[in-house]
Amino acid sequence: MSAVEVDHLTKQFGDFTAVDAISFTVAQNEIFGLLGPNGAGKTTLIRMLTTLTPPTSGTAHVAGCDIVREPNRVRESMGVIPQALTSDPELTAEENLSIHAKLYGVPAAEREALVPELMAAVGLEKFRWALVRTFSGGMRRRLEIARGLMHSPKILFLDEPTSGLDPVSRSNVWEMIERLRREKNLTILLTTHYMDEADKLCDRIAIVDHGRLKALDTPSRLKASIPGNDVVEAEFDRAPADWTAELARLEGVRSVQPRDGSIRLSSAEGPRTIAALVELVRARGVTLRRVSVASTTLDDVFLHFTGRDLRDELGEGRYSVGHLYR
Amino acid sequence: MKLYRISALFERDMRKFFRSPTLMMVSMIFPLVQLIVLGYAFGGKIRGVRVAFVDNDHGAEAVRVRAMLDAVRTGPGVIRLVDYSTLPAAVRDLKIGLVRGVILAPYDFSYRVEHQDNPRLVLVEDNTDRTISGALESTLQTMVQQFDVPAVTSPLPAQTQLDVVEVYPYIEYIKYLLPGSIAMAMFVVAMIGGGITFIDDKSRGLHEGYLVTPIEGAELVLGLNLAGAIKGLMAGMVITVVGGLIAGVSGLANPLRLAYLALVCAVAALTMISLMFVTMVRVDDPMVPRAVFGVLNTLLFFPSGAIYPIQGFPKWMQAIAVVDPFYYTVHALRYLLLKGVGIAGIYHDLLVLAGMSAGFLALGIGLFKRQL
Repeated sequence: MSAVEVDHLTKQFGDFTAVDAISFTVAQNEIFGLLGPNGAGKTTLIRMLTTLTPPTSGTAHVAGCDIVREPNRVRESMGVIPQALTSDPELTAEENLSIHAKLYGVPAAEREALVPELMAAVGLEKFRWALVRTFSGGMRRRLEIARGLMHSPKILFLDEPTSGLDPVSRSNVWEMIERLRREKNLTILLTTHYMDEADKLCDRIAIVDHGRLKALDTPSRLKASIPGNDVVEAEFDRAPADWTAELARLEGVRSVQPRDGSIRLSSAEGPRTIAALVELVRARGVTLRRVSVASTTLDDVFLHFTGRDLRDELGEGRYSVGHLYR
Repeated sequence: MKLYRISALFERDMRKFFRSPTLMMVSMIFPLVQLIVLGYAFGGKIRGVRVAFVDNDHGAEAVRVRAMLDAVRTGPGVIRLVDYSTLPAAVRDLKIGLVRGVILAPYDFSYRVEHQDNPRLVLVEDNTDRTISGALESTLQTMVQQFDVPAVTSPLPAQTQLDVVEVYPYIEYIKYLLPGSIAMAMFVVAMIGGGITFIDDKSRGLHEGYLVTPIEGAELVLGLNLAGAIKGLMAGMVITVVGGLIAGVSGLANPLRLAYLALVCAVAALTMISLMFVTMVRVDDPMVPRAVFGVLNTLLFFPSGAIYPIQGFPKWMQAIAVVDPFYYTVHALRYLLLKGVGIAGIYHDLLVLAGMSAGFLALGIGLFKRQL
């Protein structure tokens, strides 16, 4: 049985379709990532799966339980770490974990054993009695992951687990997620807009954009699925009108995409494409201002499947706080 | 419904309450300041009002009036008499505030007194201040009645006299105000704990952390309201004791009386927190409870009879009092604190408050959104 089964799940807010008939399954003990920019529908999707928002149509099962008909069984089977920091800053770390466990009816003896164990698991054992308001963002996130595990769930939902964290904290959280999956035999479904996070952590990635599922596979297969293994990016001066067509005929080039004044060439063999490019530039009297070659990344995958660059989407600085006041 | 979930939320709120002295201090300081300032500001008797006396008569009866006014000045001290030679000069000074009233003995006053021909004194008053003009009228009416008493008492029965017997010792205004201050303390706790903190927690996303657990909406509502009621009860009892000592209320050491007071505070605090919860249950904007605070405070506190008897209100304000939990709280606390009665004097208030609590809680549970 799959840990999570999603079948044509849809959510509409008036005329706006936030999640549009998305279907996928998550296997037991898998780390599954939903990758997409802010506003792609990831949080709405995870909110439906965690019973926080009712779907407009479609069905989903979490740990074999229907999210609409058996919401309490779903809630008992999962741990949720929402995007907002939801630990109580006026309580200590220990109190946050303990009170959360009481909401699930975890017996006192079990709570007392679990609190130090989980605090140690997330590297906060020294801060058990400290007030959460003294914690950094990374520490709070780790505490909330521990809190989400206090009732020994089978599935962990993490909504943007490293959003707003510094690189060291992000790395710590990644390491912890991998270890928890291993040690607790957890299934983990996370959302992220960080390509490196999805690449490093996830067994499989679903690319979501405008509420729709654009692609779903392992990171390596996704990268292999787009034309070329390398991306050559170059900037030119005095390029002729048919320049793009000429570049497309270069050795190894699979596709050509202009982007912000530069041109990206997907290539089966980057170094050979560069050599051919230099020859062409010299022959046509075009000035080559800059050239670089890199292996295909998930950003290229995202660009390929959505026609847009994930980094550009994030660079717009849009950050939804609507959920805070909904 | 699981008791352990209600208990978990209750524990969380109580821990936060004890950890943050700000809420405790704010909820207690405001009502205490109000009690002391309003209690002494409104409780004093009017004294030393400058009043002009214009004697156009210069006869023996006008001199007698002048002497009686002097007696008022030196006795109760309500007025300070200033002699003026002409009425226009006195009225001019009345208009610019140098005197607050003018007493005129007309030129034929003594003649009319002697001939029993409807003699009149005139009081010209600055009626922009009803309290002072009322005190002046009352003082002069008393003086005029005494002026009319004949020097030789008739052997025949004359006017009926009213002997006033006061059941309770003299009640200073600060004591009268104390029940309102206790109710205000509980209201401030409800406003801050049940309104501002509730919405702040919601906007910070803390509620999302609870909504993903198996807790039911009713459990969440009951847990939050129960904790709010206990916090209100504590604030109410602190103000009862501290305010009672400041105001000089006697009998506070009586355990049975304290138990009744605690009972009233507990039920009233539950009513106020549940009222606040119903008001705020669908609110998301953190600014709303702050904006509503002043409106609710005015709407509930003043029509309750906390600072003035509701019999003096217009009908529409009396109608508000009927549905105002402050009214029943103040009424019950006043009976316990000032009259020393037991359950017989407060059971009606308790029943109404309990009914209101049940209604507000049921409404709160119905309106609470379990999902985002």
